[in-house]
Amino acid sequence: MGYAVVTLMQWITCAEEQFQSHLAELNALDAAIGDGDHGSNLARGFAKIREKLQANPPETPASLFKLVGMTLISTVGGASGPLYGSFFLEAGKIAGEQRELDDATLARCLQAGLTGIQRLGKAEAGDKTMIDALEPAIHALTNKAEMGVAAQKAREGRDATIPLIARKGRASYLGERAIGHADPGATSASLLLDCLASACLA
Amino acid sequence: MKALINQPDQVVTEALQGMAMAYPNLIRLHENPQYVLRADAPKTGKVALVSGGGSGHEPMHAGFVGRGMLDAACPGAIFTSPTPDQIQEASTAVHGGQGILHIVKNYTGDVLNFQMAAELLQNDGIEVHSVVIDDDVAVKDSLYTAGRRGVGATVLAEKICGAAAEAGANLNAITALCTSINDSARSMGLALSPCTNPETGQASFTLGENEIEYGIGIHGEPGRQRIPWQPADTLTEKLMLPIIEDLPFKKGDEVLLFVNGLGATPLLELNIVYRAAARLASQHGLKVSRRLVGAYMTSLDMAGVSITLLRLDESMRSYWDAPVCTPALRWGC
Repeated sequence: MGYAVVTLMQWITCAEEQFQSHLAELNALDAAIGDGDHGSNLARGFAKIREKLQANPPETPASLFKLVGMTLISTVGGASGPLYGSFFLEAGKIAGEQRELDDATLARCLQAGLTGIQRLGKAEAGDKTMIDALEPAIHALTNKAEMGVAAQKAREGRDATIPLIARKGRASYLGERAIGHADPGATSASLLLDCLASACLA
Repeated sequence: MKALINQPDQVVTEALQGMAMAYPNLIRLHENPQYVLRADAPKTGKVALVSGGGSGHEPMHAGFVGRGMLDAACPGAIFTSPTPDQIQEASTAVHGGQGILHIVKNYTGDVLNFQMAAELLQNDGIEVHSVVIDDDVAVKDSLYTAGRRGVGATVLAEKICGAAAEAGANLNAITALCTSINDSARSMGLALSPCTNPETGQASFTLGENEIEYGIGIHGEPGRQRIPWQPADTLTEKLMLPIIEDLPFKKGDEVLLFVNGLGATPLLELNIVYRAAARLASQHGLKVSRRLVGAYMTSLDMAGVSITLLRLDESMRSYWDAPVCTPALRWGC
């Protein structure tokens, strides 16, 4: 199927709603192994994105991704701002001038986004980060899985972070004390994939 | 929670506005994006020093802006690093044509945002060096962590490098000096209470009446271990020994001893800790020739203390003694 900018904007709108409604949960997960503001930071960034989208609706997927990426980088701060920001900026570079992305192109966009996150954050699967949710989901899409399947992979990836010791970010200071908590980054990444699936199925 | 705030989301902005109003001769506040710069910036012909990080560590960093220390500071939201565009604008505003040194504490967010800012500035043709401070011995430095955190040594590096920049040292020399300060400094802290983020109203963790978080970070992230309360002299020893052993500091070393309050601990107690720390230093044959005692790098309303030892050489000592005129650190002006 094709993904026009309208569909992709639904993805972003859904993400804003999800981060807002899961704000306390994301903060609580972050408080357990970080500093307790992951939900607040993402909610602030996506609220700003909504403002900008309403003022200047983008015409292509690439300009949407660029707007989202730049806004996250300039409003979220922390590690998640540059990381999620790079995800969307790199995705936008692949989208080119196309007005509608096909399945394969969208998968390539997301793969480029994932590579961008890894270039910056240098995390690998199993480090207890957003990569643990994003990588299996995007890998599935690259292999032509359906969106719902990818979102399911992200949720499984999120759950798989619970028993892990963190090796990146602030949670890595905790050593074994990080065990037993889902990673907040993997949790927000899973919400992002849920939204992509619901926007595409709508 | 009960606090002297108005709107939770305006805490940082209103605090910065207040500070700018209190020190109009030393600093200016720029809003949108938010940064504090020295009143007489940009200083042509001088290397500019820029730092920044999450808010909640006051007076760091904005309180260290002024002659002889930082040219600009970029405060993020509470415990959240500033953003690349903010750092880029602050750096550009204070650039005096001799390049910029970014002094960055080793936290993933700070490192990533300063890295992106440095790339943006280099695209604009501005020379930027970065030194990442990582002096906290409570964290194991290994491939399996984000590395040691930047704590008390940051204050000392900003003061000493600021004096070097004021004296006309070039960017390479200041970068080397900053790296050498980081290599020669070690710190560790403990908390008697958690801190409460005024933006969320949430305590960072819970501690029992008699419990101490040993090896605490400055964001209320839990420390290395929980231990029962013990007298100040014993707790001080528990901080000093890992610090001394880590560098290691050796008999005959000349040192600066910095006892730092984490926000809610009175100076009365910090002085008791300083007394114990100075005695321990001298028992280990260290010669304490410079000292700093007070709350300079805090964690909101956390009760607790951190100790930093810096092995001094002659140039560090003379730059430490040089005049500094900032809201939070001032002598010789």
